[in-house]
Amino acid sequence: MAISEPIVLPHATDEVRLARTWAQPRGFWGWFMNVHHTAIGVRFMVTSFIFFLLGGVLAAMIRLQLSRPENHAIGPDLYNQIFTIHGSTMIFLFAVPMMFQGFGVYVVPLICGTRNIAFPRLNAFSYYIYVVGGLLLWVGLFLKTGADAGWFAYTPLSGPQFTPGKRSDFWAQMITFTEVSALGVAICLATTILRQRAPGMTLNRMPIILWEKLVLSFMVIFAMPAVMVVSSMLLMDRTINTQFFNPANGGDVLLYQHLFWFFGHPEVYIIFLPGAAIVSTLVPVFARRHIFGHLAIVTSVVATGFLGFGVWVHHMFATGIPQMSASFFTAATLMIVIPTAVQFYCWIATIWNGRLQMKLPMLWVFGFFFVFLIGGLSGVMLASVPVDWQVHDTFFVVAHFHYVLIGGALFPMFAGLYYWIPKITGRMMSDLLGKVHFWLFFIGFNMTFFTMHFLGLRGMPRRVYTYPPEMHWGGLNMLASVGALFMAAGLIVFIVNFFQSKATGTLAGPNPWAAGSLDWATSSPPPEYNFAELLTVNGREPLWDNAPNQPIVSGVRDDIPEVLITNSLDSEPQHKDEMPGASIWPFLTSITVSIAFIWSIFSPWGIAYGAIPVVITLIGWLWPRGHSPAPRQPALEGRWSK
Amino acid sequence: MEQVRERPVLDVSGLPSVAFGKSNTTWLANVLYMMIEGTMFALLFASYFYLRTRTDSWPPVQDPPLLTYGVINGIVFLLSLIPARYAQKVAPTGDRGRIRLALTGLALFAIVNMVLRGFELANLNCRWYDNAYGSIMWSLIGLHTGHLITEFIETVSILGIAFTPKMEGTRLADVAINSDYWYFVVGSAVLMDFIIYGTTRFL
Amino acid sequence: MIAASSPMHAAAVLASFFQGEHNSLHPAGPFSSNIEWLYWVIFWIVFVAFVLTILAFARASAKTYSRAEEMLPIMKDEEGDRKTKWAVGTAITVTVLTLFAVLFMSVITGKKVEGMSSSNPVTIQITGHQWWWEVIYPNPQADQTVITANEIHIPVGKPVVILTSSADVIHSFWAPSVHGKRDLIPGYSSAFWIQVDQPGTYPGRCAEFCGLQHAHMGFSIIAEDEATFEAWEQQQLKPAPDPTDAEAQHGREVFLTHTCVMCHTIRGTDAGSRVGPDLTHLASRNMIAAETLPNTTGALAGWIVDPQRIKPGNKMTPNPLAPDDLNALVTYLRTLQ
Repeated sequence: MAISEPIVLPHATDEVRLARTWAQPRGFWGWFMNVHHTAIGVRFMVTSFIFFLLGGVLAAMIRLQLSRPENHAIGPDLYNQIFTIHGSTMIFLFAVPMMFQGFGVYVVPLICGTRNIAFPRLNAFSYYIYVVGGLLLWVGLFLKTGADAGWFAYTPLSGPQFTPGKRSDFWAQMITFTEVSALGVAICLATTILRQRAPGMTLNRMPIILWEKLVLSFMVIFAMPAVMVVSSMLLMDRTINTQFFNPANGGDVLLYQHLFWFFGHPEVYIIFLPGAAIVSTLVPVFARRHIFGHLAIVTSVVATGFLGFGVWVHHMFATGIPQMSASFFTAATLMIVIPTAVQFYCWIATIWNGRLQMKLPMLWVFGFFFVFLIGGLSGVMLASVPVDWQVHDTFFVVAHFHYVLIGGALFPMFAGLYYWIPKITGRMMSDLLGKVHFWLFFIGFNMTFFTMHFLGLRGMPRRVYTYPPEMHWGGLNMLASVGALFMAAGLIVFIVNFFQSKATGTLAGPNPWAAGSLDWATSSPPPEYNFAELLTVNGREPLWDNAPNQPIVSGVRDDIPEVLITNSLDSEPQHKDEMPGASIWPFLTSITVSIAFIWSIFSPWGIAYGAIPVVITLIGWLWPRGHSPAPRQPALEGRWSK
Repeated sequence: MEQVRERPVLDVSGLPSVAFGKSNTTWLANVLYMMIEGTMFALLFASYFYLRTRTDSWPPVQDPPLLTYGVINGIVFLLSLIPARYAQKVAPTGDRGRIRLALTGLALFAIVNMVLRGFELANLNCRWYDNAYGSIMWSLIGLHTGHLITEFIETVSILGIAFTPKMEGTRLADVAINSDYWYFVVGSAVLMDFIIYGTTRFL
Repeated sequence: MIAASSPMHAAAVLASFFQGEHNSLHPAGPFSSNIEWLYWVIFWIVFVAFVLTILAFARASAKTYSRAEEMLPIMKDEEGDRKTKWAVGTAITVTVLTLFAVLFMSVITGKKVEGMSSSNPVTIQITGHQWWWEVIYPNPQADQTVITANEIHIPVGKPVVILTSSADVIHSFWAPSVHGKRDLIPGYSSAFWIQVDQPGTYPGRCAEFCGLQHAHMGFSIIAEDEATFEAWEQQQLKPAPDPTDAEAQHGREVFLTHTCVMCHTIRGTDAGSRVGPDLTHLASRNMIAAETLPNTTGALAGWIVDPQRIKPGNKMTPNPLAPDDLNALVTYLRTLQ
C-alpha cells in the first residue's frame, strides 16, 4: 500500500483542524515562541552550519600561517586563540549540535510517527542556550581575550596562574551552555524514542537511527556531567581560588585530564555514532533492500556506547602511567574497533546482495567509507602505547582525528543533508553541483590531511605557530594548505546549490528516494502537525513492510495538540498527552540563565543573584495554563502505582 | 459516485489523558535528570577519593567537619521521607486539601534542612581555598545544597498551584514526581554525609 | 614565496620525506628502533585491512551497480544473505584475531622499551620551564653536579636514565630518533631510559602545548664517545674563569649590573638566580634560546637586545644596551666555554 494514495474513509482526523491546532505563531515574536521540532531542528542545523563555516575560516588561517616556515602572518597569541577556538567550535558548536541535536530533533519525531518531540519547550530552550554559549566563545575571540589553551584546556596552563584574564573562563562557561543544551535535547529525544513511537514499532522493529539516538542520549547523560564538573572546577580555580589542580596545595594536574577525557572520549563517539546511523539509514535505501544484519548493527551501536566510556586513558599514554594500566586501555581501545568493523561488514553485505543506486547522498556515504576507514585504522596504530609515544601530540594525531571526525561525521552529514534537505525544503538539490562539491572536498581533504601523517612521523608537534626551515616540513605544509582551498571551494559550491535549489529545485514530493521510514510518509516539507494520519507499523521499514490495510490510529484529538504515548518495549498505546503550545518562556528562561552563567564568570555572586530571575522565568514556564474547552478527564482513584 | 474504501483503525479514544507512575513522560524526564545529577555526584565522589591518594593524611591539615549538625540534618532528611511518601499516596486521589498538607509538610522539612545546612557549612572546618581537600568538600556539599534549594522552590511552587483549581489532571502526577526528586535529594544527602562526615574520620 | 621554487626542488623536498635525525622512522637507539619495528608491523597489518575492505566495497558496488534513474523496487536476496553470513562471520573472526595480535605485539614492545638495567647509569634530571629545558646531572656533591640548559650530552651506546619534572605547566620531552615522548607534569616525577647507539646530534622539541613559545622550545641530545663525554662533564663542572682582557671584564661588569642577574646564574660570579637557564658554559653550546638560534655573536647580540622579537611572549625582557656595552657583554659571554 502506498501512503500517498488518497484515503477516502474513514478520516481519523480533519487536516484543517489539525493545522489550526498545531499552528505555530508567525511574526517576529512568534519566532521566539515556536516549539515545533521541525523549526527547532532546522535552527540547530543552520546555526551549527554557520559555526562550521566560522571554524573553517579559523582553519584557513591556521593553514595560512603554517604554509611556510617561520611565517609571520599570525603571531603566537592570536594563533593560540585561533586553534583553540577552531577546535572548540568544531566540537562543541558544530559537531554535536548538528549531528545529535540538528538531525535528531528534526528527524526523530518524524521517524517515530508522532506529531512533536517530547518536552517541546525544553527543546526550544536548548536551542537558545546553545546560541548564547557559541556567541560567548566568539565574543572572547573578537575582544582579543579568547580562550587560548587548546580545545581541551589542560591545567595548569589554562589555570589562574598561567592564563590570566578571562580567556579560559569564556571557554569553561561555553562548555556549561552547550552541555546544558545537549542534556536538554537528550531528555527530549530519549523520551520521544521510548514513549512516542507509532503503535507496532516494537524494539525489534525500531529503525537503527532511533537506536542510535537513544544510545547517544544516554551517552550524553553520562558523559556531559564529567565536562560540566571539570570545567566548573577550572572556573572555580580561576575565580574563587579553589585548589583542584594546584599540586602545591593537594591538587592534581592529572585529575583534570581524567575527568576531561572521561567526557572527551565518549564525546567523539557522540559525534561518530550519528554518522554511522545516517549510513545505516541510507545504505538500505540506495541498495534497495532491508539492511543486512540489523540485529548485529543495533548490538554494535549499543556496544560502542558502553565501550566508549572505557578507553579514555588512551589520551594519556605519554603521562608516565604504569604499563599495566596502559595495556588495559590498549585492549579496550582495540576492542571498540570490533563493533565498528561489524557495521562495515554489514554495510558491504547489504550492497553486495542488493542493487546499488549511486544517488548523490550515496556518493557521500562512499566518501565516508573511504575516509573513516583510514581514520579508524590510524586509530589502531595510536592504540598501541609505544607507537603512541612517538605520534601522540604530533600532526599524525591531527591527521587521525580529522579522518575520523570529518570521515565519520562530516561526510555522513553531507550525505544526510542531501538526503533530507528535499524533505525539509520540498525541493531536490542539484546533482551536478553536489558531485562537484564532493570531488572538490574529497580531493582537498585528502591533500590536506593525508600529508599530516608524514609530518607527524617526521617530528612535527601539534599546536606550533611556526617551525624552522631546517626541519624540511615546509613542502608538506604547503601541500596541506593548498588542500584547504579545495575544501573551501567545495563548501561554496554546496552553499550555492542549497540556495539555488531552495528557490528553483525540482519539487521533491513526499518520498523522492522511495525510502521505507515514516519520515517519508508525509509531504515535503511536513505540515506542522507532521502527519495527516497517524500510522501503525508492521516492520522495520514501515513504508516497505506495512500491510495493504495497515490500520491508522484514530481517537487522538485534533482540537488540542495531543500525542499518543506508547510503552517502551512493544509500543502499545498507553495514554494520550497534551503537548504545550507555543510559548515565550523557553526564550525568556534562556536569557535569565545566560545572565546568571555569564555573571558568574565575573563574580561568584552571579549564580546567587542570577538565580532569582531564573526562578521567576521557570515559574512562568511551568505555571499551568487554562486550555481547551473540552473537559479534562478526572484523576484516577486508587493507590499510587508505579 | 465516489469510490469509498474502508480501512481498519486502531481506536485509542478510550485511553486516559493522565498517567501516573512510569507511564508518565515527566516521570521519565525526572529519572533521566536524576541520572545526570547522580553522575555528577558520582564523579565528585571519584574525584574526592582520587585526591585522597595524592596526599599523606586526610584531612591533610584541617580537622574533620563537626559531626553534630551533619548527623541531625541526616536524621531530618530521613524523617522528611514521611511527608514525601504521603504526597505520593494522596496525589492520585485529587484531594487538594491532603495534597496541600503533604506539600506543606515537605516544604517545612526542607526549610529545617536548609537551616541546618547553614550550620553544617559553618562547621566544615575548612575553606574551599585552603587546599584541594577543602575545595572538594565544599563542592560536594555545594552541589547538594543547590539541589536542596531547587527542590524546595519546586515544592513551594507546586504547593502554590495546589491552592488553585489548576491542581488537577497531569499536575497531580507532578506532585508525585516531585517526591521522587525529593528521594534523590535525601539519598544523595545520605551518601554525601557518609563521605563528608564518615570517610574524613577513617580514610 | 613558495618553499619549492622549481619542480626539481619540489622533488628533492618530497624525496627528503624520511631523512633527518628528528624522525620517528629514523631511530638511533634500541628504544626508538623497537618502536619503529612495531610501527611498521602495525602499518602493514592495517594497510592490508584497508586494501581488503576497499576491494570488498568496490566488488560489492561493481556487482550490483544500476544506472536506473528512478528508484528501483525493493528486493530481497535470502540465499545471498545466508552465504554472506558466513563471510561476515569470518571477517569478524579475522578482525578479532588480528586485533589480539596487535595487542600482544604492543604489550611485548612496551615491555622491551621499558625494561633496561644498568649499574651506575648516567642520570639526568630534566625540568621543563616555559620555554626552555633545565638539565641537571645530579650528584650527592654539589660541586659534582652539572647544571646546564637545552643541550644534553650522553655517552654513546650506554643506557641513560632521564628523570622528569616541570616547574610550571605540562611540557613533553621528545627526541623522535631517540625515544617516544614523556610528559613533564608539575607535581609528578617520572623516570625512563634512553640510549643512543650512533654518535651525533639528535634534536628534540617540546610536544605538549605549553603556551606562547611552545613552538620554540627545542633541545638536543648529543651522543659522544665516553672520553669526549667525560671531558665535557669535567668542563661543565668548572666555574667561569675570570676574564683576562679588558673588554671581557667590562662585559662581565655589564652582566652583573643589569637585569641579567635577576634570572641567570654564572658560577664563579655572584649571579645565582635559577629563574632562567644557567649561563656558566653558554659558549660551549651549539644553539641558544632553546635551539632557536645558532650560537653566534650576531645572533646572541640580537637575542639579548630584543628577545621578544624572536620569541614573542617569552620571559626575557628586552635589554636596550649601548653598543659598547653590548659588544663587551657578548665578548664576555663568548669566553664562557
